[in-house]
Amino acid sequence: MENVIEMRGIWSQYQDVVIHRDLAFQVAAGEVVALVGGSGSGKTTLLREILGLLKPVRGMVKLFGVDLSDPDPMRQRNIRQRLGMLFQQGALFSALSVFDNIAFPLRELKRLDEDWVRDLVHMKLQMVELEPHHAQLMPAELSGGMIKRVALARALAAEPELLLLDEPTAGLDPVRSRNFVRLIKDLQKSIGFTVVLVTHDLETIEGLGSDVAVLAEQRILVKGSLEAVAHFDHPFTRQFFGAPSV
Amino acid sequence: MSAPAFFAEAEGFRLSGTWTLAALTAGKPRAFARLRKTLREAGQRRAGWHLAGVEKLDSAAALLLWQSWGRRWPEELEATPAQREALQRAAALAEEMSAPSPVTQADATAGEDSLLKQIVLAPVLHLGRPTLILLHNLRGVVELFGRLVLDSFFLFRHPQYLPLKEFSANLCKVGAQALPVLALMGFLIGVTISYLSALQLKLYGADLFIVNILGLSIIRELGPVLAAVLVAGRSGSAMTAQIGVMRVTEEIDALATFGVSRTIRVVLPKVAALTLATPLLVLWVSAAAIVGGALAARLQLDISFLYFFSMLPRSVPIANLWIALAKGMVFGFLIALLACQLGLHVRPNTESLSRRTTASVVTAITLVILADALFAILTRDIGISG
Repeated sequence: MENVIEMRGIWSQYQDVVIHRDLAFQVAAGEVVALVGGSGSGKTTLLREILGLLKPVRGMVKLFGVDLSDPDPMRQRNIRQRLGMLFQQGALFSALSVFDNIAFPLRELKRLDEDWVRDLVHMKLQMVELEPHHAQLMPAELSGGMIKRVALARALAAEPELLLLDEPTAGLDPVRSRNFVRLIKDLQKSIGFTVVLVTHDLETIEGLGSDVAVLAEQRILVKGSLEAVAHFDHPFTRQFFGAPSV
Repeated sequence: MSAPAFFAEAEGFRLSGTWTLAALTAGKPRAFARLRKTLREAGQRRAGWHLAGVEKLDSAAALLLWQSWGRRWPEELEATPAQREALQRAAALAEEMSAPSPVTQADATAGEDSLLKQIVLAPVLHLGRPTLILLHNLRGVVELFGRLVLDSFFLFRHPQYLPLKEFSANLCKVGAQALPVLALMGFLIGVTISYLSALQLKLYGADLFIVNILGLSIIRELGPVLAAVLVAGRSGSAMTAQIGVMRVTEEIDALATFGVSRTIRVVLPKVAALTLATPLLVLWVSAAAIVGGALAARLQLDISFLYFFSMLPRSVPIANLWIALAKGMVFGFLIALLACQLGLHVRPNTESLSRRTTASVVTAITLVILADALFAILTRDIGISG
C-alpha cells in the first residue's frame, strides 16, 4: 500500500522548547489513525505540519508521495485539494452562508458548473444529516453540533482522500458525539478515505475502530491497534487507557 | 490512479478507470468538457451501461453519471453493489431537489413583484434606506450617551467601580502613543502652509502678516481638525475593531456574566480618555505646526524667531486657544462615542466587522467637519480682531 502520509526525521521547536525529536510517522491509504498524547505533547503541531501550515525545523513531510517543500505552486495546490481538514472550532467562513461554505472548495476547482456544485452541496448536506433549508443559514446562526457537521461537509466537499480531524467530538454532548463518530465511520467505510484524528476521547477511538498512535517523549512512542497500544507499558498509556484489563 | 475512460461498444457503454472528482478534474479543462458532452449524448441513447471496470466511483462522479442519464435509471446497468449505492444516493437527492419547494416558488413571484418595485420605487429606496440606517445609528448614539450619563450617576454614588486602570491605559494608547506621528504631520503641514503663504505675501510686500495668517488658521481651524482626523483614523477605527472582535468572540457577553457593565468597563474609559486626550493632542499638533511655520518663515522671509513668537500672542487673541480646546473635546467625544456605538453593533461575521470599522472612520470625519462648521457659526464674533 502507498503511504498517504510519510514523515521522517521531524524536529520541531518553539524557541527553546523541543516538541518533536527525530519523529517518524507513516499512514497508509485507507487507515484510520487516532493521535493521542498529553496536552502540550505536540499533537496539534504535528497536524499543522501535515497540513503544511507549519514547517518543521528539520525533516521531511510527504503527502501522497509529494514533498510538502516542493516549490511548484500548482503541485502544492493539487495536494491540498486531495485533503480535507476539520478544525476544532469549525473555522467556517463567517461572512458566507452554509451553502457557500460547502461550495467553496468545489468552486476552487474551477471546473464545475453551478448545477453540479448545487447538487453536490446538497448531497454533502444530506451526508451529514442536515436539511436542505439549513443551506441558507449563516454560521453565526448554527448550534455547536451543526457547526461541526457543516465543517465536516465542507471538509468532505471535494471528495478528499485524506481527512484530518482536530478533536472532532470536543464540545458535543455524548449522544451527538456518538452520532458524529458513527457518521464519520459510515462515510469512511463507503468512501474509503484515510483519516487522521487528534482526540482525547477514548469512546471516539473505540467508535471509529481506529488504530492509535501515541505521541510522547517527543516522538511517536507506539502505533498499532487499540488493543496492542492499551497493553503497551508506559506511564502515559497506563494513565490514558486505565489499568490494562488482563 | 488511472484516468477515467469511456468506451462506446456494441453491447453498450463501458466505463473504466478511476471515477473521482480529483481524477475527473486532473486533466485539461477542455478534455473534461469533452467527456461531459460525450456522456450527455450517450445518456440520451437507449443502451446498457457497464461500470464493472470502474475502480472507484465517488459521489461527485455518481452525480455526474446521474445527470448525464437525464436523472433516470438507464435501461440496463451493470454495477457493483457499492457503486449502485453511490448512484442511489445521487438519485435520492435528485428526487428531493426536483420537488419544487414552497420557498423557491414564493421567491419566484417575489422576483416579478420586485422588478416593478425596482423601477418605480428605486429612487425612494435608494434615498430612504441609508436615511433610515443613519437615523437608526443616530438613535443608537443618543441611547449610548444616555446610558453613559446614567453610568456616571452610578459611579458618582459607587466610586469603587470607577474604571481607572482602563481609563489610564486608554489615555496612554490614544494620547501618548499618538504624539510622534501627530508632531511629524503637524510640523510638515506648518512648513507647507508657511512656504506657500510666504510666496504670495512676498508679492504684496506683506511679509509680516505671515504671523497672523499662520497663527489664526492653525490654532483656530487646522490644529483641531487635523488632530481629529488623525484620531478618528488611528483611535476611532481601533476602538470599533476592538469592541467588534469582542462581540464576535462573545467576550462582551462574558463581561456581562460577571456582572460587569460593558458601558462602564469598555465604553466609558474609551470615551473619557479620548475626550480628555484630543484637546491635548490639538495643542500638540498646533504647536508642531507653528514651529514648522516659523522655521519656513525664517528661511523664506527672513522673519526671526524672536519676532515671530513675540508677535504671535498679539495677533492671535487667547480666545482662539479656548475655542480650539473646546473643539478638541467635542471632536474627541463624538469620535469615541460613534466608534463604540458602531463596535457594539457589529454582527458576528468578518464582513460586518470590516464594514463597521470603515463606517466608523468615514462617519466620524464627516461628523467632525459638520461640528466644525457649527463651531464656526457659533463663535464667529469671538477671538478675531478686526
